[in-house]
Amino acid sequence: MKPLLEIDQIHVRYGDMTALRGVSITVAESEVVCVIGPNGAGKSTTLAAVAGGVKPFRGEVRLNGTAITGRAPERIAALGVSLVPEGRHIFGSLTVDENLAIGGYMRNDKAGVAADRARLLDLLPRLAERLHYPAGRLSGGEQQMLAIARAVMTRPRLLLVDEPSLGLAPKIVDQIYEILLDLRRRDGLTLLINEQSSNRILNHADRIHVLRAGVIQLEGRAEDLRDGDAIRHAYFGFGHQAPAAPAALEAAP
Amino acid sequence: MIGLLQNLIDALSLGSIYALTALGIGLLFGILRLINFAHGDFITIGAYALIVPSADVTARMLIGDFNIALMLPAIALIVIVAALLTDALVFRPLRRSSPPTLMIGSFAVSYIIQNAVLMMYGSRPKAINLWSDANTQVIIGDLRVPMLQVITLVVTLALMAGLSVFLKKSRYGVQMRAAAEDFRMAQYLGVRGNFVIGLAFAISGILASAVALLYVTQSGSLSHTMGVPLALFAFVAVVIGGMGSLVGAVVGGFLVGFIVTMLQAYLPPDLRAFRDAFAFAFVILVLLVRPAGLVPARNTVERV
Ligand SMILES: Nc1ncnc2c1ncn2[C@@H]1O[C@H](COP(=O)(O)OP(=O)(O)OP(=O)(O)O)[C@@H](O)[C@H]1O
Ligand SMILES: [Mg+2]
Repeated sequence: MKPLLEIDQIHVRYGDMTALRGVSITVAESEVVCVIGPNGAGKSTTLAAVAGGVKPFRGEVRLNGTAITGRAPERIAALGVSLVPEGRHIFGSLTVDENLAIGGYMRNDKAGVAADRARLLDLLPRLAERLHYPAGRLSGGEQQMLAIARAVMTRPRLLLVDEPSLGLAPKIVDQIYEILLDLRRRDGLTLLINEQSSNRILNHADRIHVLRAGVIQLEGRAEDLRDGDAIRHAYFGFGHQAPAAPAALEAAP
Repeated sequence: MIGLLQNLIDALSLGSIYALTALGIGLLFGILRLINFAHGDFITIGAYALIVPSADVTARMLIGDFNIALMLPAIALIVIVAALLTDALVFRPLRRSSPPTLMIGSFAVSYIIQNAVLMMYGSRPKAINLWSDANTQVIIGDLRVPMLQVITLVVTLALMAGLSVFLKKSRYGVQMRAAAEDFRMAQYLGVRGNFVIGLAFAISGILASAVALLYVTQSGSLSHTMGVPLALFAFVAVVIGGMGSLVGAVVGGFLVGFIVTMLQAYLPPDLRAFRDAFAFAFVILVLLVRPAGLVPARNTVERV
């Protein structure tokens, strides 16, 4: 199948610091691909490079075969790429409804926008009950759902999701994944998801990439990586018999 | 008692001017993190557009002689074009620059506009008589209220209501509020960055043109530096109100108008020359008590 997204050997720098050194990831239509990696690995940078938030100084990002490297974020959004960023970035002073509306403004089909809004509110009754609240008053889990719904309102073909489970209780995380996979089933949505840990994502993703220090250390089909040894090795950069992982990563691979 | 009421009305009228100016500055700050000191010079442009360009001391009306239904849009259009040109030529190339760089850019724009006005119209202040009808007085009991002050207040309230409806109800208004809160995220959702910034410049141009007409009618004179004190006091209003909050800008504008008017009225005569020093001392006091301003903005997320 022809890939929807090709990230081809991209290098990204912040000042003197090189965050990505030749990262390549391809995602086919309707695939769920996950990037896992520790803090500072370059996961968010990878998604930002696709969405137009940072510009790679080498390499190319292609959407459906067309290079989009260095285009403005709003132009990339118009091509069907939508980002659910790390930390959610909800517009806290806008109402829940206005947050959703923002996602629909760039579309021309009024009827489609209304239908998507109704469908998402059906899927997310907690948002429907709070439509006219300032979005900043929602709980973390509700904000994450709003961030996803808002991104879906743009009718993306490719949804980029940055650490959807960050700071949320396991039960809520399950719900979030249910929503994401439901959207994929119904709309054929293609997903590229970042996570710090692989334990949940192994059940949901088709393919996994392990990113560390700006380099893809390992890639493979989720089912081939189930046992976890290869992932652990790639993730930490040392053998699995090594001493205990730092506390923050304990729960990780 | 009558004296106090009279002073209060003066304060409302002066506060209106500051509030409208502060709104223009606050709007651009919200979206662009630009403190636009050239906003006062947009007001100057609107005022000078009324007259024929020449170095003569007596001003001859140009657009100022148009029918009002034509004059208002004509002045607004000229100031909007000036504001949009400023964005295109100066601030668009500086898009990725830091707020201090943007502010210095606005000083440069301010000097360029002032010198352009100087070259076209000469350096001497000019007397101008716009809407002399507005100088009649409305008499309510013992109170004499100049018609112009009533007009100023009504126009100000109407513009604020209009802006508020626009920001709340229109799709572009919602996009502007989103961009003001988190510019990059708005772009990720397809909001066109340059478009909303252009819109903010255009609206600040409309506000500046309204101030230009009201202020010129009140003061009866033109000078190429007339916008500078307005921008300065409005900037103070924005800071008192809370950077990035439009409600704060309005509250700050009226408060500054109130303080200045009351100091003018009640300071002992020998101290009146130092009115502005007292006013600024008061501002410092407000900021000591409430460093984020009276109505702090909800969101002060740094733009990436
Ligand atoms: N705006 C920035 N300016 C400077 N350096 C940055 C910036 N953003 C990220 N970095 C650096 O680039 C590297 C990669 O960061 P990135 O946010 O992509 O990692 P990440 O894998 O998403 O980490 P996390 O799991 O903490 O979200 C890190 O070392 C980070 O400090
Ligand atoms: Mg990250």
